[in-house]
Amino acid sequence: MTNMHLVDKDILKDTLESEPIRAGFGRGLLEAGKKDENVVAACADLTGSTKMDLFAEAFPERFVEIGVAEQNLVTVGAGLAAMGKVPFVSSYAAFSPGRNWEQIRTTICLNDLPVKIVGSHAGVSVGPDGATHQMLEDITLMRVLPNMVVIAPADSVEAEKATLALAEDKRPGYLRLAREATPIITTQKTPFEIGKAYILTPGKDVTIICTGTMTYQALAAAEMLYKDGIDAEVVHCPTIKPLDAATILSSVQKTKAVITAEEAQINGGLGGAVAELLAEQCPRPMRRVGMKDRFGESGNPEELLEHFGLTAKHIALVAHELKDYLED
Amino acid sequence: MTKMSLEELELKANDIRKDIITMLEHAGSGHSAGPLGLADIFTALYFDILKHDPSKPNWNQRDILLLSNGHCVPVRYAAMAESGYFEKSELLTLRKLGSRLQGHPERTKLPGLENTSGPLGSGLSQAAGMSLAMRMNKDLHRWVYVVMGDGELDEGNIWEAAMLAGKYKLNNIIGIVDRNNIQIDGPTESVMPLEDLKGKWEAFGWHVIEIDGNNIEAVIDACAMGRAIVEKPVVIIAHTIPGKGVDFMESDFHWHGSPPNHEQAVKALKELRTLQGKIKSEAHD
Repeated sequence: MTNMHLVDKDILKDTLESEPIRAGFGRGLLEAGKKDENVVAACADLTGSTKMDLFAEAFPERFVEIGVAEQNLVTVGAGLAAMGKVPFVSSYAAFSPGRNWEQIRTTICLNDLPVKIVGSHAGVSVGPDGATHQMLEDITLMRVLPNMVVIAPADSVEAEKATLALAEDKRPGYLRLAREATPIITTQKTPFEIGKAYILTPGKDVTIICTGTMTYQALAAAEMLYKDGIDAEVVHCPTIKPLDAATILSSVQKTKAVITAEEAQINGGLGGAVAELLAEQCPRPMRRVGMKDRFGESGNPEELLEHFGLTAKHIALVAHELKDYLED
Repeated sequence: MTKMSLEELELKANDIRKDIITMLEHAGSGHSAGPLGLADIFTALYFDILKHDPSKPNWNQRDILLLSNGHCVPVRYAAMAESGYFEKSELLTLRKLGSRLQGHPERTKLPGLENTSGPLGSGLSQAAGMSLAMRMNKDLHRWVYVVMGDGELDEGNIWEAAMLAGKYKLNNIIGIVDRNNIQIDGPTESVMPLEDLKGKWEAFGWHVIEIDGNNIEAVIDACAMGRAIVEKPVVIIAHTIPGKGVDFMESDFHWHGSPPNHEQAVKALKELRTLQGKIKSEAHD
């Protein structure tokens, strides 16, 4: 197996460094801007929150402040891209792509233009702001659009790589970011390529397919399960579309059951995508960890993750529920 | 391209109207009133105003023409065919399987189309993005024209874009509002009143020019005036008669989304030939 160069720490015992995933985007965008003068940016009145401020300060002439107007945000992006620019357009995921789906569909995806939609503050871990701001349907909304690439990085280090990769990609893209500090599990050496899933922990009993903030939880769950005698394989899937079917299928063919994990609606999200793939090509006992067709609510991020069953402990519990299938 | 005389332009507009009737009859669906009303504006754009080269649709110094109200695309297809982007025979493929001439325009299907539209309200913001890109590139000798319907101004996206263009003083944008006073459910002023339309645009930081949009000379003059105004974006409110040129279609909102059947097409073409002043006998049939 390829060395994934994860952080050299005991995920259950050691304190991992953490940082908001969006911070990695901010650094990546600045770097992409230095590499390519056609990289430009626009924001809907959330420049600091989405970490676009680094770019805006470095390249004021290549930054457009749109105001609180998300429909305009993505359609101005389409116009910039039609003239050869590579625009990154950011807001909170609840508003973009939450509010402007049709504009994304028609002016970006049907036009096949390389606009990069950056949705920050996705998931229930947004916390006290409550359900209106906790975007859970964005993965679903974006992955049904033809031409669209959908990426949810696991940590800030991967977000930086994903941003640089998106800047070079010719397709429309969606980058999903989170608000809260997320433990850093990857390093500069960890591979990242659009369209690739990675086996972070090899195992033979159950495959845990995870994305975004839930990848850390899945790694921790695998450690817990190992102690319980269940050998879990963690497949990190930062690109939800196009889905890396080959890596997923090869893992699933080797193990006996499948769990997906995401901080998003399981309906149509990563769970939905994997279910579609496996139902057609390799049916397996399967459970989906994520938001189960309901909205979030106000609370502290940790409380909410616990409340909605989005922790390592919950993933491990689900694996135990599959125990009958895991025995030879 | 050598400039055409006003009389030649008027004859060309008539040809474009005939193309529209023929294509729509052949397609069996589509919008009649808007495209006919816009024929003079599109004639003025393609045969006088725009800097463009039909043999090089991606020429990097071309002016940009965006059609925001995509349902009016038959007039654009006809003007493109008449100016040599493709053979006129291809007009008969409108709305057919495999055609480059989709029912609503798709940028990736046909060279020379600058945007994909149909869902309303997104053309002006794409124009703003293009204008901003030109400014970033210091590409200062190009114009972005964007044709919008009046009913489409109900869309909030238009006013988001209007505010942005006003803020950034995007002075190479010339908006043209097809003020024909109809939309699908009826007259614009009863569906969703737009007036004071001039005052609205002015309040958003635009210079407004009002013209008779079925007068080709007025369209050409207004665009020239618009290009001379450097301190703000310019919008031309072009008053047009929907269905213009075909008596039984004019100003009847029922023709917004319908094509002529064969009998109606024959009648319409006869009228248009008569208008051209060449077959006077048909006027008295």
